[in-house]
Amino acid sequence: MLANLQPALIVTRREVRDQFRDWRIVFPIVGLTIFFPFLMNFTARAMLDYVQRYGANIIGERLVPFLLMIVGFFPISVSLVIALETFVGEKERGSIEPLLNTPLKDWQLYLGKLLSATVPPLISSFLGMGVYLAGLYIRHISLPAPGVLAQIFSLTVVQAVMMVSGAVVISTQATSVRAANLLASFIVIPAALLIQGESAVLFLGDFNTLWWVVGGVVVLTVLLVRVGVAHFRREELLGREIDVLKLSWGWRTFAAAFVDGARSPGEWYRSSLPRAIARVRIPAAMMFALALAGIWVGVGQSARFPFPAQIEQFANLGDRLDRLVQIWPAFSVQPLLAIWWQNVRALLISLVLGALSFGVLGALPVMATMGLVGYFMGNLAAGGVSPWLFLAGLVLPHGLVEMPAAVLAGAAVLRLGAVLVTPTPGRTIGEVWLAALADWAKLMAGVVMPLLLAAAAIEVWITPRIAILMLR
Amino acid sequence: MIVAEGLTKRFDQFLAVDDVSFIVQPGEVMALLGPNGAGKTTTVRMLSSVLVPTAGKATVAGYDVVRQGDQVRAAIGVLTEQHGLYSRMTAVEYLRFFGQLYHMDGKALSERAEALLVSFGLHDELKKRLGEYSKGMRQKLALARALIHDPPVLLLDEPTSAMDPESAHMVRESILSLRSEKRAIVLCTHNLSEAEMLADQIAIIRRGRIILNGRVPELKRSLLGLTEYEIRLASRLNGALPALPGGVVITGRGEDWLRYQVEDPQGANPQIVRRLVEAQMEVVAVQEVPRSLEQVYLRAVSSADGEDSHAG
Repeated sequence: MLANLQPALIVTRREVRDQFRDWRIVFPIVGLTIFFPFLMNFTARAMLDYVQRYGANIIGERLVPFLLMIVGFFPISVSLVIALETFVGEKERGSIEPLLNTPLKDWQLYLGKLLSATVPPLISSFLGMGVYLAGLYIRHISLPAPGVLAQIFSLTVVQAVMMVSGAVVISTQATSVRAANLLASFIVIPAALLIQGESAVLFLGDFNTLWWVVGGVVVLTVLLVRVGVAHFRREELLGREIDVLKLSWGWRTFAAAFVDGARSPGEWYRSSLPRAIARVRIPAAMMFALALAGIWVGVGQSARFPFPAQIEQFANLGDRLDRLVQIWPAFSVQPLLAIWWQNVRALLISLVLGALSFGVLGALPVMATMGLVGYFMGNLAAGGVSPWLFLAGLVLPHGLVEMPAAVLAGAAVLRLGAVLVTPTPGRTIGEVWLAALADWAKLMAGVVMPLLLAAAAIEVWITPRIAILMLR
Repeated sequence: MIVAEGLTKRFDQFLAVDDVSFIVQPGEVMALLGPNGAGKTTTVRMLSSVLVPTAGKATVAGYDVVRQGDQVRAAIGVLTEQHGLYSRMTAVEYLRFFGQLYHMDGKALSERAEALLVSFGLHDELKKRLGEYSKGMRQKLALARALIHDPPVLLLDEPTSAMDPESAHMVRESILSLRSEKRAIVLCTHNLSEAEMLADQIAIIRRGRIILNGRVPELKRSLLGLTEYEIRLASRLNGALPALPGGVVITGRGEDWLRYQVEDPQGANPQIVRRLVEAQMEVVAVQEVPRSLEQVYLRAVSSADGEDSHAG
């Protein structure tokens, strides 16, 4: 194992030495390590004195760990610049090709560069935090609790790795530092938002939530590292020559994957569509499990946030359904289309969320819907009403058609994220993503939207009537 | 030894290399000639196991370029089109870095680096950062990098580009010396006289396809016809010419010179000289008319163009 790591460490050593010969990197790191923590110490002292005058000591207490987090974050922001320079800069200058011609494995080169972009800024970050904490001690300001210190140090590490691994993903898609810098906003903006969120959590003093944030960033970092490893391949690094947006190529690739060799709509339904369904069978199983997890979470939340006032309304549900049947007469089309469009729109949002989060957030609409079902079931059970009656009368008639459709659509979104983190020899990241998107479109057009239409018809025309019969 | 069989590389719709085959034996230099964008670099990248062929196969130093990429890369030295040096390093640091990536270390690596720097005339520049090197010095150091692990196979892309004549001569001598050490060498170049000087075998690649491949004398013979000879006389011909042996084809004549082609020069040339002397014509010189690789290249490319326009 150590022998396998050796080549990666040789790359790291060279890169780090190179960085410390570049004054453009050394100056900011030194500044952020030494001068910035002193400034933050001064700020902490001044703020503490100020808020104490108004008896708002708690703001001062929360400010101290917040400033520690900022002292730690600023040097690691340099890691993004180093990462873009070390990955894309080498590609642009042509110095990566001699490296690719050596016996280095792709993952060794990736790891070597990842370490070289992460470790110096992290060391600088820790030194800065050390200087800041020492300053607090000297100025007799209370240090943050050990648990908070552990959280902030953990966040600093995972955020550094997250930014660098994100930069690697960008680097595999860019051929110039200029293009990479433009794409880097996809890292800088979310990182800035993350810091703002963490700051809010710190000031609220909800330190348990901060551990959830650490966990979330770890998951995201693991996914980004996985994407980086999957796409940091010789073929991709040298095969891409220009950053031209090829819309016609994109459309051709999408259309070819959508048609998938079918010569008629009948053949498309008989052969192409079943192949697409087969490809999402594992994500569909995961999606199904997530839907069940949604119910479980919903039931759990009903205990934490009971809804007793509404339970009585459930008791009068029969009357309310009578009114609904009057508003929705049999075979009325308008409410059917409204429900259908509402569901399609939710799945479109799921696609957008999934595309921005490796598929993860794409599962949210289905999970949230099932969570609501679980939440109502839990509340009904607590109120002495049979949840199974609610399920059988109000959910299952159309849900039996609607939920498989939603699970299938969610599965296609999950797969859209999964293909990004999966190595695909011989095909580019763009090709596999467009093919997965074509699968999503295929499932939507061929299965999901027709099923949702049928479900909407059942929901408008049949479900209320069944529910009336059952609940009376 | 390098064996390529039907190597093909496609990028999306673009066919970069199409069904390329050749063999380069140890101790042999093959020059890969062709215009920019012909597919030379892509071929080299497939041979160095950096790009995966879309079709076909290749073995380098006995290793399969697809299945045994690590072994292939350990057995080759590649001089890339862009030398790609690190401007803040010194030459010794640079060579040591690459040597370590080839699992070399300690005294052996230091000695090897030292020897290469001496042989390429860079030994006086050890304290300079590579950013201060001239283009030629960078090219020489890049070549030293390709040789640091003493590989049996060399893939050299434009090894003498940007070099002054003296440095270029030094590099060419090095390549000849490497050939004599039984290394298999592929040389991508635009410099036809260099290719002629160094290569045992020539492959002309155009639009991804090899349009001509063979040994230089054979190619000259097949494309330019029989070897041409010229005889220079001390006196004027004045139209009189003795009967020449059968098979001799006169291709040109002047006041005191004569050019001809013949199938069997060893048999025919002494007879021709004897008959001229017998006819009281004093012979000053008999020599082969030089035919350059450039003529072969242009002929091959123009006939390929002709085929394309017919096909079109």
